[in-house]
Amino acid sequence: MSNQFDLIIEPGKGIKQYWHDLWKYRELFYFLAWRDILVRYKQTIIGIAWSVVRPFLTMIVLTIIFGKLAKFPSGDAPYPILVFAAMLPWQMFANALSESSNSLIVNANLLSKIYFPRIIMPISSVIVSLVDFLISFGLLAILMLWYGFVPGLMILVLPLFLLLALLAALGCGIWLAALNVKYRDFRYIVPFMIQFGLYISPVGFSSTVVPNKWRLLYSLNPMVGVIDGFRWAILGTEQPLYLPGFLLSIVVTLLIFSFGLFYFRKTERTFADVI
Amino acid sequence: MNTAIKVDNLSKKYIIGHQQHGRYLTLRETMAQKFKDAGKRLLHPFLSSSGQPLMSLSTTEELWALKDVSFEVQQGDRIGIIGRNGAGKTTLLKLLSRITEPTTGRISIKGRIASLLEVGTGFHPELSGRENIYLNGSILGMTKSEIKNKYDEIVEFAEIEKFLDTPVKRYSSGMYVRLAFAVAAHLEPEILIVDEVLAVGDTQFQKKCLGKMDYVSKHEGRTVLFVSHNMSAVSRLCESAILLDKGKLCTYGPVEKTVQTYMNRMFYDEDLPAINQDIIWKHDDLDVISFHACDESAKRKNYFTTSEHININIEYKIKKRLPGLRVGVDFMAHLDGDIIFRSFDDDLEEQDRTPGYRQVMCSIPPDLVKNGTYLIKLQIGIHNVKWICYDSIYDKLEVTLTDGVNKLYGDSRPGRIMPKIDWVYQNNHNEGS
Repeated sequence: MSNQFDLIIEPGKGIKQYWHDLWKYRELFYFLAWRDILVRYKQTIIGIAWSVVRPFLTMIVLTIIFGKLAKFPSGDAPYPILVFAAMLPWQMFANALSESSNSLIVNANLLSKIYFPRIIMPISSVIVSLVDFLISFGLLAILMLWYGFVPGLMILVLPLFLLLALLAALGCGIWLAALNVKYRDFRYIVPFMIQFGLYISPVGFSSTVVPNKWRLLYSLNPMVGVIDGFRWAILGTEQPLYLPGFLLSIVVTLLIFSFGLFYFRKTERTFADVI
Repeated sequence: MNTAIKVDNLSKKYIIGHQQHGRYLTLRETMAQKFKDAGKRLLHPFLSSSGQPLMSLSTTEELWALKDVSFEVQQGDRIGIIGRNGAGKTTLLKLLSRITEPTTGRISIKGRIASLLEVGTGFHPELSGRENIYLNGSILGMTKSEIKNKYDEIVEFAEIEKFLDTPVKRYSSGMYVRLAFAVAAHLEPEILIVDEVLAVGDTQFQKKCLGKMDYVSKHEGRTVLFVSHNMSAVSRLCESAILLDKGKLCTYGPVEKTVQTYMNRMFYDEDLPAINQDIIWKHDDLDVISFHACDESAKRKNYFTTSEHININIEYKIKKRLPGLRVGVDFMAHLDGDIIFRSFDDDLEEQDRTPGYRQVMCSIPPDLVKNGTYLIKLQIGIHNVKWICYDSIYDKLEVTLTDGVNKLYGDSRPGRIMPKIDWVYQNNHNEGS
């Protein structure tokens, strides 16, 4: 009898329908990402310049403070490259996190007028930060040419670390996006978290400066694993990967992501009522 | 006949918090409340166990926006959904279009469904017309290839060929609405849900859209659910109608009968929304005691026909001598907040601005504005000095004017006002006389 209908709407409709819908709305996902990219690079001529200037200036400041003033070690690698190899995933993480955590309230209008699996919103909003990442990556290539630094084959594994960074950003992002809908003051908490994260993550320095007995604890920060991975892939043996810490970072990332997804799914059905 | 939509015992409950100050909940407030509650519990440990509710419990209230609604819609039907503001029309549409989940009950739908709760949902001002067509189309549920196929038609319908590469932020509001509606009009779902979106845009274009909707449902067998306050549009477009009142389904039947029931109920209902009740606006200089609309027999209401007087009654108390005081109203279009006119009591020859109780009535003449929903805002201030009552949420009245079932021409004329103008024939010479 119920087969006669294409769609049954009931309270607490199951997960199967959800993934099915997610697939059905993949074009919307693509269009939303396309919109964000268009707007980002259209609005200002500075759009592209901005994604070059920002990491570049940050890199210079961090190099001067940590490399020149504090004289942290960088092995054989030039300090600017050491910093920039970390800036890449960090900037992407920071952008993706702030974009996705804001995505729902920025698009509140869509949420209250149209149905789509809500998770499309935070996920599509991180695509812009991937484009920014690619631009910054070009900058890194130029920097490496300048210093005559040739990366090893490990650089081919870089996408895997990138994926890990994305997973970490999305995990936090979807959780914060859901919280943002309910408690608007999370908007002010996120920038603070990002600012804070820059200093507790090994962006301006190598994580080898952290005493060995603390390294495992330090790796609880998922970005430690990601940044170490990037440095290892780009700089090679100069920055050996601390394996237990790296695995811990992966586990933490997966935990955060599952929790974020769980919380998002749990609260998603009330978004339109609250926003 | 096949059933397109089947709704069984549908209900939707909202929880309303009274403690909330602004529109949004903040973590800070929530935590402060938790601490307050905890503090209370510490100070009066027996309060909660003795049955007295804790503060956090007493501050929320349940509201059933929709209660136990059941109906069936056959394929190809055109159904109007009518009812007063707050009757649950929008909630019903939101449930049907899956924007929000029902609390209980079930909706079964056969066929692709598209909902149009607003024109231009997701339009981005920075993007060009061309880009927005694609974006909006996909938001409304069209696939990329569908949009591609329809693209030329959409552009032609919207009449914006020249401005396709201009960012829509530079469009005039008319162009914007035309483009937005053109995309929507080319949706091809089996079921189309339309909220009151036709009220925007110029009349010429409105007609074109209504015509398109009419054509689509008649010739292509599309099922249309149409929510509107505009009874003549509903009567023209729909065959049957559903009347909702306070979240319950009152009548579901042929459109004329349902519209008639609605008009009768609306005009003779004592139970007006709270905004029309006595509200006190306190100020150091002046208190507003009452602000409401009523008809000539002093009966309070906020639904009028266009041929009735709207009497606005304002009661206030002046606390100290206020030379230069002006009490007046703004008559505004509900949709865009455009002020149609403003009137003050200092149009009178003489006013009394000494302390004391005052009751004034402002009588808005019949046959002045077109049918539609309007806001009447209270404006009290001292001329060229300050506002006393301005832009609060309590100083607004919402009135809806209908032109009855029979006067069908009203909404099809362009313009915002529709005064009765005297026409006199002069110098008539008939042939052959």
